[in-house]
Amino acid sequence: MDLSAISPTLLVASLMVAATPILLAALGEMVVEKAGVLNLGVEGMMIMGAVTGFVAAIETGSPWAGFLAAAIGGAAMALLFGLLTQVLLSNQVATGLALTLFGLGLSALIGQGYVGIKATSLGRIDLGALSDLPFVGRVVFGHDPIVYLSLLLVLGVWAFLRFTRAGLILRAVGESHDAAHALGYHVRRVRMLAIAFGGACAGLGGAYLSLVRVPQWTEGMTAGAGWIALAIVVFASWRAERVLVGAYLFGGITVLQLNLQTAGARVPVELLSAAPYLVTILVLVLISVRAGRGGAAPADLARPFHAST
Amino acid sequence: MTALLELEGLTKAYPGVVANDDVSFAIARGGVHALLGENGAGKSTLVKTIYGLVKPDRGRMRLDGYPFAPTEPREARAAGVAMVFQHFSLFDALSVAENVALGMETPPPIRDLARRIRAVSEEYGLPLDPARRVGDLSAGERQRVEIVRCLLQEPRLLIMDEPTSVLTPQEVGILFATLRQLSAQGTSILYISHKLEEIRALCDAATILRGGRVVGGCDPRETSAAELAERMVGAKLSAPKAGGGAPGDTLLRVEALSLPPLSQFGMPLREVSFELRAGEVLGIGGVAGNGQDELLAALSGERLATPGSVVFEGADVSRLGPVARRRAGLLTGPEERLGHAAAPDMTLTENAALTGAARKGMLRRGFLDWGRARDFADEVIARFDVRTPGAGVAARSLSGGNLQKFVIGREVLQEPRVLVVNQPTWGVDAAAAGAIRQALLDLAAGGAGVIVVSQDLDELLEISDRFAALNAGRLGTPVPTAELTMERVGLMLGGAHDMEATHA
Amino acid sequence: MIRLERRPTPSRAWGAASPLLAVALTMMAGGLMFAALGKDPVEALRTIFWDPVMGEFAWYFRAQLLVKAAPLVLIAAGLAIGFRAGIWNIGAEGQYIVGAIAGAAAGLAFHPSESVLIFPLMVVCGALGGFLWAMIPAVLKVTLGTNEILVSLMLVYVADNLLASAAVGWLRNPEAVGFPGSRNLAQWEASANPELIAGTGMHWGVVAAVIAVIFAHVLMTRHLMGFHIRLAGQAPRAARFAGVAPARLVLFCLGLSGLLAGLAGLFEVTGPAGQISIDFASGYGFTAIIVAFLGRLNPLGIVAAGLLMAVTYVGGDNAAANLGIPGAAISAFQGMLLFFLLAVDVLSNFRVRVGRGALA
Repeated sequence: MDLSAISPTLLVASLMVAATPILLAALGEMVVEKAGVLNLGVEGMMIMGAVTGFVAAIETGSPWAGFLAAAIGGAAMALLFGLLTQVLLSNQVATGLALTLFGLGLSALIGQGYVGIKATSLGRIDLGALSDLPFVGRVVFGHDPIVYLSLLLVLGVWAFLRFTRAGLILRAVGESHDAAHALGYHVRRVRMLAIAFGGACAGLGGAYLSLVRVPQWTEGMTAGAGWIALAIVVFASWRAERVLVGAYLFGGITVLQLNLQTAGARVPVELLSAAPYLVTILVLVLISVRAGRGGAAPADLARPFHAST
Repeated sequence: MTALLELEGLTKAYPGVVANDDVSFAIARGGVHALLGENGAGKSTLVKTIYGLVKPDRGRMRLDGYPFAPTEPREARAAGVAMVFQHFSLFDALSVAENVALGMETPPPIRDLARRIRAVSEEYGLPLDPARRVGDLSAGERQRVEIVRCLLQEPRLLIMDEPTSVLTPQEVGILFATLRQLSAQGTSILYISHKLEEIRALCDAATILRGGRVVGGCDPRETSAAELAERMVGAKLSAPKAGGGAPGDTLLRVEALSLPPLSQFGMPLREVSFELRAGEVLGIGGVAGNGQDELLAALSGERLATPGSVVFEGADVSRLGPVARRRAGLLTGPEERLGHAAAPDMTLTENAALTGAARKGMLRRGFLDWGRARDFADEVIARFDVRTPGAGVAARSLSGGNLQKFVIGREVLQEPRVLVVNQPTWGVDAAAAGAIRQALLDLAAGGAGVIVVSQDLDELLEISDRFAALNAGRLGTPVPTAELTMERVGLMLGGAHDMEATHA
Repeated sequence: MIRLERRPTPSRAWGAASPLLAVALTMMAGGLMFAALGKDPVEALRTIFWDPVMGEFAWYFRAQLLVKAAPLVLIAAGLAIGFRAGIWNIGAEGQYIVGAIAGAAAGLAFHPSESVLIFPLMVVCGALGGFLWAMIPAVLKVTLGTNEILVSLMLVYVADNLLASAAVGWLRNPEAVGFPGSRNLAQWEASANPELIAGTGMHWGVVAAVIAVIFAHVLMTRHLMGFHIRLAGQAPRAARFAGVAPARLVLFCLGLSGLLAGLAGLFEVTGPAGQISIDFASGYGFTAIIVAFLGRLNPLGIVAAGLLMAVTYVGGDNAAANLGIPGAAISAFQGMLLFFLLAVDVLSNFRVRVGRGALA
């Protein structure tokens, strides 16, 4: 095995790229769960974002149009979930699963004419001399805009939940919908907005996969990324800054695993490809050991709300 | 005095029930107005209408002479109406300051707010730390959060919905002082309660509701409690008779029972010890959240205790689960009817099997005999006068009182050696409550031991032979009920255990 | 304005009618989808739903129906029991794969023996493989409280990689130079799971599915365990009050559903699929989730739902061959069905009222 083939600079730079889809999706889902809704359809929304983003980017020639379409596509899927769970009061777990199964099927259908095409690249932000700095230049200043957007979003969500009144209301709704309702807050409206935001984020994450990371469309290309995003929310104990840590940790494992494969490590390829999933399980186990049961989860997570009076 | 708020012909109907029927009365400026009525009389619907949570089908309101029709609480708050809720309006995981901010229209930045919370809480003698998590507060402190939240908005009308149900008598005294101070400053108070003595002590006007209608108004200071009660209930009640008789052998012995809390915001049990004898009713009082649920879980077997801490008829049952304890004859009835004592979406037959399977012979090699379950359900329905179309309906379709009769009856008819019930008559109409109390007394008279855990002191003093108070997870020494005064009870609830020791 | 009003007692009539309504709505929406793809919707729906059952070549398709329905019903019967208890095993696909690998490996260890004991041994090992794979989330859940949804799902991807390594590595047919995939188990008499009655598609998997459905039905309606499972799902606190031990329920439900999924994998690999190959995983484990819900988590309903879903598979292949409707359309169609079902389910618990409350 040739470990010298692994460059630490590239490793860290590609780590950020590998982590971005999951970071976006996990951040969105965290907001949804903070509002007291468990949407297990992240995988479905991501894959729909991946396909709508890819198709829009190819048809218009603009990757930006692609990302916009992906956010809309993800949000549309999420609102479908919102309609079922918030208005028709269906079971959130079952509906989330349905969203994933439906998304996987529908995305394959939409994307069937686009397999094997390569998307136009988004390009890096060129910061001139800064980007030419050794290591730091490539790692900190050499990325595409979406990577920076995702980091800004982390900051934004953190500040929103912590400092704004709307953020306080969102947390209150997730903590106790009955109390929020009694005080006159619109539980369903707040939750719908959160759900739509979560869907848009998942869509963006999916589009990042199909437009930047891979960059082409293949069926089922999210390969569990949405589920891993869900695990990261638990890992992060519903805090934005920890979502970032979790996603980058996960990105690191993915990239390291790929690098080890190309470097010809004497570990079975299948074990390396399974590594991200095994690590996710391990992380889930470790958090359960640490947190006991429940922990920092919003108190009304996944409980249906029906204003009876 | 001129009227601040006038109600005219307010009517609100829900499917199958008219909650408010042509309700009219007026609240005076600076007055303390009582709204009096049994559970289900329509008090909650009426205050929700005033607070903008419920839209009336007919009728109108005038505030300060101007039409007042809030479509949401925000509008009501803007008009100067504030409300302290009975349940469900605080967020456990958020801080006191955040909770207060959520109840305000345009809250100042958190730091300013914290300062104002301190100022108001000092002014009215309601000490409160703005940075603490609400989930860690006692029931009394939680209520202070709500009151301070209202006071910060300088309301013209303050609505208090059953504010004393979770307070000790001493805390009630503090609350009343605050309310009198407010009233003297010109704030009107609408005080909802079914506790007559409180209303007579505090209020200067009263409106009595029964079955959604106004059945009269009066000056409670000049009306006797008996008269108020009669107008509120509408019929003379048959008070349960004490069983009497000398207590027999010790059936249940609890020794130094300690348990960690059920949940993050629960209460641990600390060294709880008592004995229960055959033929006696032991009343355990205490303000909600002082370990009642934990005690019930430890006795039912839902939570296992350290060996030797729960001894039933000479055998150590502390490590046995609910099924084994039931088999031995130790039965329990939890507080929450829907979701704990009964499965809401299951039929009464299935709910009969929920606890009755073993003692009523419904099991044969692991298979359930649904025919016997149905017979048992029918028996409970017939003997306890449960109003239902049949045993095939879902538990949640029953009214609170009827379901309570069913779940208590289900345990009583299994002929327990010991029955432990928590809040057996909570939210139940007077007639049903009387029937339930009588059933518990009959059970004790038949030689069983009964433990009644309740927050209703009147109830406990009425039916129990001995009384003990649960405070912060500690149980005081049981005292014969006959020796008790209300003041002593208040001290016991407040946790003054030393006094009992010197007294005993 | 439309309002929802909770029914005092869930409506049995709507409970039975809502799957039918959902199927009807899905057919309409599916018709629109086919029209959007430029196909004649009536023709497409007829090809998918009518031809496999009643069409000219139905004699051939009907056999296929049982072949497709058997694994779906077998897996869904197990999943539904867990779903009833609020225990969400969504990793049946992984248990299905591991069951197939475990069973195949056990059999291949004795190749080329012709002992009659080999097939029974494979069945036992297949069931055991699925059971043990499901025990991973189960044990983690009961000992540490780890979320079983995420763990069981992650294990699907692990099983996928296990399958790949078996197909190209340790279970590869040594006689097939260069081709991935194990020996053909269907053509080796000792391990084959043949058609029991020619032309019907009836194989041991169908027999197992029928037994599983009867077992599940008796368990859920007559046995105390079934009562406790329903109780735990509907009112967890009441279940603990009744004396249900949640940990035992988790182990039982996950274990049983894993075992049945493992069996389904074993019967598939020894019969219709024939060998362990990279593309052995066909998504039955996920489709079975839809089947479980469509069957209202009721064993008998699951038989009907499994057959219906089998029709969409067979009809979908048929439509792909004859009308050029892509296979993905069928997965979208199946997902849509679950959506509509969840949406119309509201009718059994709520009454829909239009306009303001009529009561005055």
